[in-house]
Amino acid sequence: MARPALSLRNVGKVWSPEGRQTVEALRDFSLDVEPGEFVVFLGPSGCGKSTLLYMIAGLEETTSGVIEQDGMVVTEPSAERGLIFQDASLFPWLTIADNVAFGLSVQGVLPQKRKEQAESILRSVGLSDMLDKKPDELSGGMRQRAACARALAMRPKVLMMDEPFAALDVQTRAKMQDFLLQIWQDSKASIILVTHSIDEAVSLADRVVVFTARPGRVKTIVPIDLPRPRMSRDPRYHEYRDMFADLLADEVDRAFAEQEAR
Amino acid sequence: MSIPASSRQSAPASVPRLSPRARRTLSSLGWGVLSIGLFAGIWEALWALGLVNPLLLPPPHMFLSDLGRTLTFFDHEARRIGSQGSGGAIAGLLTTIGWTSFRVIVGLGLGFVAGVGVGAMIHYVRLFRNLVQPLILLLAPISPVAWLPVAIFVFGVGDVPAIFLVFITVFFMIVLATVSQISSVPKNYLHVARIMGATERQTFWRVILPAILPSLFMTLRLNLFAAWMVVLIAESVGVGIGLGQITSMARATFNAKLVFFTMVIIGVLGFSFDWALRKVQQKMLWWIQPGQGGI
Ligand SMILES: Nc1ncnc2c1ncn2[C@@H]1O[C@H](COP(=O)(O)OP(=O)(O)OP(=O)(O)O)[C@@H](O)[C@H]1O
Ligand SMILES: [Mg+2]
Repeated sequence: MARPALSLRNVGKVWSPEGRQTVEALRDFSLDVEPGEFVVFLGPSGCGKSTLLYMIAGLEETTSGVIEQDGMVVTEPSAERGLIFQDASLFPWLTIADNVAFGLSVQGVLPQKRKEQAESILRSVGLSDMLDKKPDELSGGMRQRAACARALAMRPKVLMMDEPFAALDVQTRAKMQDFLLQIWQDSKASIILVTHSIDEAVSLADRVVVFTARPGRVKTIVPIDLPRPRMSRDPRYHEYRDMFADLLADEVDRAFAEQEAR
Repeated sequence: MSIPASSRQSAPASVPRLSPRARRTLSSLGWGVLSIGLFAGIWEALWALGLVNPLLLPPPHMFLSDLGRTLTFFDHEARRIGSQGSGGAIAGLLTTIGWTSFRVIVGLGLGFVAGVGVGAMIHYVRLFRNLVQPLILLLAPISPVAWLPVAIFVFGVGDVPAIFLVFITVFFMIVLATVSQISSVPKNYLHVARIMGATERQTFWRVILPAILPSLFMTLRLNLFAAWMVVLIAESVGVGIGLGQITSMARATFNAKLVFFTMVIIGVLGFSFDWALRKVQQKMLWWIQPGQGGI
């Protein structure tokens, strides 16, 4: 097989915030993500999923272990590894088009060129009417799409998303999942999606990585062997769902037990 | 002053069907006129009943009617020569207003820019922070008026001490606001900038500055009235032409009419400055909805 897009080897992270107790968020975490693969992180709250995304992005340092992207050790952030936050984090002082063009402008692409690129990306995410709008004039779903467009403008190899749809209503969520599959196929990037929703995991992922309670480790990795588009009526869909529910319940119980013990 | 305002109000009233926005403006204008009118009316009534001494508290119609004479005090040429000036009076008033406004604007502008600059330095340069921050924290609570003697010792009598006082009034507040606001810029904004490959400099100009500008502007506006107070005080101790100097002269010569006339001018100017600053704020901070973020 070809070289993995992303390779995590024995990654660990211990937070040592000033004046507070240290927290071991992640321990001995190993995973390879293939080019163009769709991976979902599933795990109990506080098990270090966000921490891991930040480290892959290069925003935080690992305490132990190595993260490589295309064979190169990750030491600092790069637009090749895009990260999308739950709150979209668009800049309120820029129009949608300028938000999407932000990365291009920082990298010195000329105004005319970046305007064209931003427009074409926004068209592809269905926001061509919103070019000159302010972020707070958009609905939550549109803002998330704009945030995707901003990341996609940099042609990332890996696109990470930290619970991007958690704040959206059910209908919008379903639409956004279709949308996400669409941009995944168009961009050919590897996607890592963090979610608390088992349904989201089953309907989107090539592989689901289930985390243990803190410190987060790989509990199991489950390939979802269902053709797309996936139907929630499919009995096998339900089997996957039940399986993840059990796996998660285990870990959530453990997390609670640990908290009680302390 | 209430007369032109009320006539302005009656004109658009004949136009049917106003936009909600126009109606809001009209209604707030109406209340404004009413509020000032009521105050002036009570004053006039007290005078008519003989309850206030017109020499000490001349009612509005007195200090506004005798404009011709009052204005001569603003006419520096006339005053210097000692004759009754003609035609130069209005120009004199405008010159006086112009000088005072000039000192306020320059002081505010310099204080704002220097405040943001020093605040940013404190944030970014550790040595600078260690050296300067304690000093700033110590100096910030000192009333700007207390700087007046220092300003005069250092800069002598002239424009500079007045501008300096306005500068001091906003400078420390802006420095403190900048330092605290920079550290509360949402982390994700900075993360986005880093992922996109922005340099420190780009991040400052394109992310941090726009993120903190709204509250810096708010700080500036909150200190605008203080700036007006200090400029008048500075002018009253002899800077040359200026509203503060007129007030102090009026007080020295027991000219109550002139005192009140100048007070009206100062009030209107302060109001206009706040209004203008609000407009600038709306233009510069276009992404913030009116009513939100203090606009
Ligand atoms: N910047 C930080 N400083 C100190 N501790 C941190 C920091 N960020 C996270 N932690 C701690 O690390 C642990 C893992 O946090 P993380 O946010 O990665 O979990 P998560 O899996 O994303 O949880 P959730 O599902 O609730 O988002 C938590 O105990 C958290 O308190
Ligand atoms: Mg998280």
